[in-house]
Amino acid sequence: MTYFAGTYDVAVIGAGHAGIEAALAAARLGCHTAIFTINLDAVGNCPCNPSIGGTAKGHLVRELDALGGEMGKTADACFLQSRMLNRGKGPAVHSLRAQIDRRKYSDTMKHKLELQENLELRQAEITDIEPQDGGYLLTTQMLAQYFCKTVVVATGTYLGGRIYVGEVSYESGPDGMFPATKLSLSLKKLGLPLRRFKTGTPARILRRSIDFSDLEVQKGDEPPQPFSYETESLGENKVDCHISWTNDRTKQIILDNIHRSPLYAGRIEGVGPRYCPSFEDKVMRFSDKPRHQLFIEPCGENTEEMYMQGMSSSLPEEVQLKFYRTIKGLENCVIMRPAYAIEYDCVDPTAMNATLEFKDFPNLYGAGQFNGSSGYEEAAAQGFVAGVNAALKVLEKEPLVLTRDNSYIGTLVDDLVTKGANEPYRMMTSRSEYRLLLRQDNADERLTPTGYAIGLISEERYQKFLQKQEQKKAEIKRLKSTTIAPSEALNALLVSRETSEITTGIRLIDLLKRPQLDYACLAPFDTERPKLEANLFEQVEIEIKYEGYIQKQQKQVEQMKKLETKALPTDFDYKELKGLRLEAQEKLNKIKPLNIGQASRISGVSPADISVLLIWLAANKGN
Amino acid sequence: MTDNKTIAAISTAQGEGGVGVIRISGTEAIAIADRVFQNINNRRLTELKGYTAAYGKIISDGEELDEAVALVFRAPHSYTGEDVVELSCHGGVYITQQVLRAVLSAGAAPAAAGEFTKRAFLNGKMDLTEAEAVIDIISAKNRSAARAALCVRDGALRKRIEQVKDNLLALAAHLSAWADYPEEDIAEVTDEMILTACTTAEQDLEKLLATYDSGQAVKRGIDTVIAGRPNVGKSTLMNLLSGYEKSIVTEIPGTTRDVVEDTVVAGDVLLRLSDTAGLRDTADKVEQIGVDRAKKKLEQCGLLLAVFDNSRALEDFDYHLLETAKTVPTVAIINKTDLPNQLDVNTISNYIDNIVYISAATGEGKDELISAIARLAGTSELNPSEGILSNERQRANVSAALQAIKEAKAALQMGLTFDAVTVTLEDAISELLEMTGEKASDEILDKVFHNFCVGK
Repeated sequence: MTYFAGTYDVAVIGAGHAGIEAALAAARLGCHTAIFTINLDAVGNCPCNPSIGGTAKGHLVRELDALGGEMGKTADACFLQSRMLNRGKGPAVHSLRAQIDRRKYSDTMKHKLELQENLELRQAEITDIEPQDGGYLLTTQMLAQYFCKTVVVATGTYLGGRIYVGEVSYESGPDGMFPATKLSLSLKKLGLPLRRFKTGTPARILRRSIDFSDLEVQKGDEPPQPFSYETESLGENKVDCHISWTNDRTKQIILDNIHRSPLYAGRIEGVGPRYCPSFEDKVMRFSDKPRHQLFIEPCGENTEEMYMQGMSSSLPEEVQLKFYRTIKGLENCVIMRPAYAIEYDCVDPTAMNATLEFKDFPNLYGAGQFNGSSGYEEAAAQGFVAGVNAALKVLEKEPLVLTRDNSYIGTLVDDLVTKGANEPYRMMTSRSEYRLLLRQDNADERLTPTGYAIGLISEERYQKFLQKQEQKKAEIKRLKSTTIAPSEALNALLVSRETSEITTGIRLIDLLKRPQLDYACLAPFDTERPKLEANLFEQVEIEIKYEGYIQKQQKQVEQMKKLETKALPTDFDYKELKGLRLEAQEKLNKIKPLNIGQASRISGVSPADISVLLIWLAANKGN
Repeated sequence: MTDNKTIAAISTAQGEGGVGVIRISGTEAIAIADRVFQNINNRRLTELKGYTAAYGKIISDGEELDEAVALVFRAPHSYTGEDVVELSCHGGVYITQQVLRAVLSAGAAPAAAGEFTKRAFLNGKMDLTEAEAVIDIISAKNRSAARAALCVRDGALRKRIEQVKDNLLALAAHLSAWADYPEEDIAEVTDEMILTACTTAEQDLEKLLATYDSGQAVKRGIDTVIAGRPNVGKSTLMNLLSGYEKSIVTEIPGTTRDVVEDTVVAGDVLLRLSDTAGLRDTADKVEQIGVDRAKKKLEQCGLLLAVFDNSRALEDFDYHLLETAKTVPTVAIINKTDLPNQLDVNTISNYIDNIVYISAATGEGKDELISAIARLAGTSELNPSEGILSNERQRANVSAALQAIKEAKAALQMGLTFDAVTVTLEDAISELLEMTGEKASDEILDKVFHNFCVGK
């Protein structure tokens, strides 16, 4: 017998990285919020790599922090080692990545949820969701029923999860957790377009069984940089990572056993990501490559488990042991957890709009892997968007829509809801056409005012932000008005940096414009320099050096915005518009773009179709 | 999509005709027309009501170009639904072109093909049936060409563009893989790799751009000036090329007092010829005006036919002409080869590569002249089956792509980081994608109307 257990403004199903951000944001905005998880010990779990950030993902974390999300702060609190990737490749692609203590991360997040006002954290599997009075009635496996005005589905790989290791296969969530087996059926019954994706993870190996003596060491940056604009400093790096390589023997073992791979044997139907292939995939697809790299990363400070980045697999456990043991340093390795592939149910994200609310199911939102993405950071970003919007809906406020020109988060959401995902979607810097604007260093400038307007950035933090903006303006002004006289020492520096000497005074700003020079090397000549935070100097220097490019991208943004002002109706049947190709009619009907700009990004809608739309819009002007 | 630009174009068929009509449309149409049109009764065009005509003169740079009738239409009662002025002048390529130029320099923008029709459509001057007809034309093309080019209908051109685009895409893909997977074992992208790819693309696009000028030369004709000392035989040459007597040919230097115009076909090349007054300063005021005009014309021309007299030694004026020849594509024509040689051809060859000997009087050497012209206009190397740029939009895309590639190279040489180089390369790629119709932008509709000649 079911029993009625309560009412919530916002209910979040799943307490992974998406669910956490959704629940915290909704509760902080004043909504009575519940977050359900199958196992309280799996809150904020990192079932794959023990790290947060990376290329483009680091951007997402910083943006989330600038908006008032939690991931960055918790990653800082649990950091083991931090590196800024892509130094030297340009500020647009600088990306922060931190190795973290995964148990500590999970505990920290769980504690934050527990302490959050307006939020109830519950261990319960949601087995049924049913529309009721404009909201949804959720039922747990313990037969409790909750009426929720809005619901965020953030089920990750738990939803219909099935694990594959060679010939072995069983229903399971990640890391040995129970899967959510009943909710899929209920969501399907509701009418959500579900499908199956797959992902995988490598083995965890006992640290004591690894011989590190001949392995290349990878150290963190000194000093390590934090994700959060509110974290003052991280202290010192606590661990090293190591690099090893596979060889001919590793490859041979894969080739000899490929028929035992569930993917190659055709037992897995889910679509896996191309950019994060299993090791056997790498061997089969790039057969001419003699060796592959792997990174050995510690899972925490108080564990001997080591993560084998780059070596995920769904081959049988015995084969795994064989091929891991061909690798230098792993000759006597002991596997603590085998690698596995996991297949799960997720939704076609084009069924949602940019608030991550389902178009056909008001007050129902989706986030994270459920939306077809991959990665903790992608999940957290969506969780934030979905949670904020669910709360704003309850509060009857305007929704939050982030855009391609203000954030990677906006780009991620727009890609998902406009282009859809044919494989688990991962963020990359190349997905952003405006990447010189959307840098990790200026996330606060781009998004903190928005976070403040929503109500997730404190007054104190906002005032600090405003002060920083003032300081930045003043510093740029100072650079423009300060002239440095030529001197032997300065010219010696210029020569050593392979840039031209000066004979007359030169403005500081003109020196900083030179790609060969930076703030650091000019310090001895810039005696009046104020003491400001490092990130501010970084922003100023980038803006000066890349001024022309930044302006150019801003112009491109304006062009796109023009297309986005041409609104399209969402209640129109595009089948009525003769002249559109069939594929375009179907895609437009499915996605119902809000404007020409969005329509032009839909794959399968050609420029000629856009012309037809423009003509039709013009012809119907005033109707 | 309707921009506020006032546009103008010749709206009668180009070529010989009784009357040439220049149509101006847009909010500034009447004001612009008023700047070039002087009403016989001094009433301003801006004071006229719609559906009225005025008789007067077209004035450019203070000079009278032609007599004309101006028809004023007030919005929305016009073909396009905007303010429209139609200037009807005497037909003929040269005069109509000159009047158009005057209108353009008075502030109008050149209309793209189909743009009047497009405006008519967008201003509701067509009903829905007509609109659907427009959509049908587009979608028919769309079906048949699948993803294909809206503007690059010529498959050969597409191939050439795609080659460049593919090479750039390969580089851009490498750059982004290298940036997005810093720890994967991906080959480093080096300055040399980018420079090589950029240089190749640069050369290809430059070659392609050159075809535009040649293609235009075929389509529209080249402004060609015949210049030389008085009585060197310019008018005879012009008559030789045009096939009939146009200039007044006498033995008295300075007989040709004005720029005389004609359009002739030399081989595959259309030449818009002007026979100039001799280049000499003179006390005769009337003749001096002719000389000044000739000089001006000379500086702006696309091809110079510099005529020298075989029977006479080089003089000051010839040296002036040789100096000019350094800045303009030039064919040196040694005329009067039937007379004994007094001319220092070696000196001429120091200035001009293309030298042709003719006797304008007998017609000897005419074929050599024509092939020299074709060579210079680039048309002898122009093989249409290789794909050429044939319209202004294609040219604009290629030239923007070229510009972006040059910027990418410059960024690299300045020592800027690869992220800046990458976004610039991507600009080049999207310009090329736009050409083959793979990117939607506000320009697309313009292109559709431009390429599908709907309406008039």
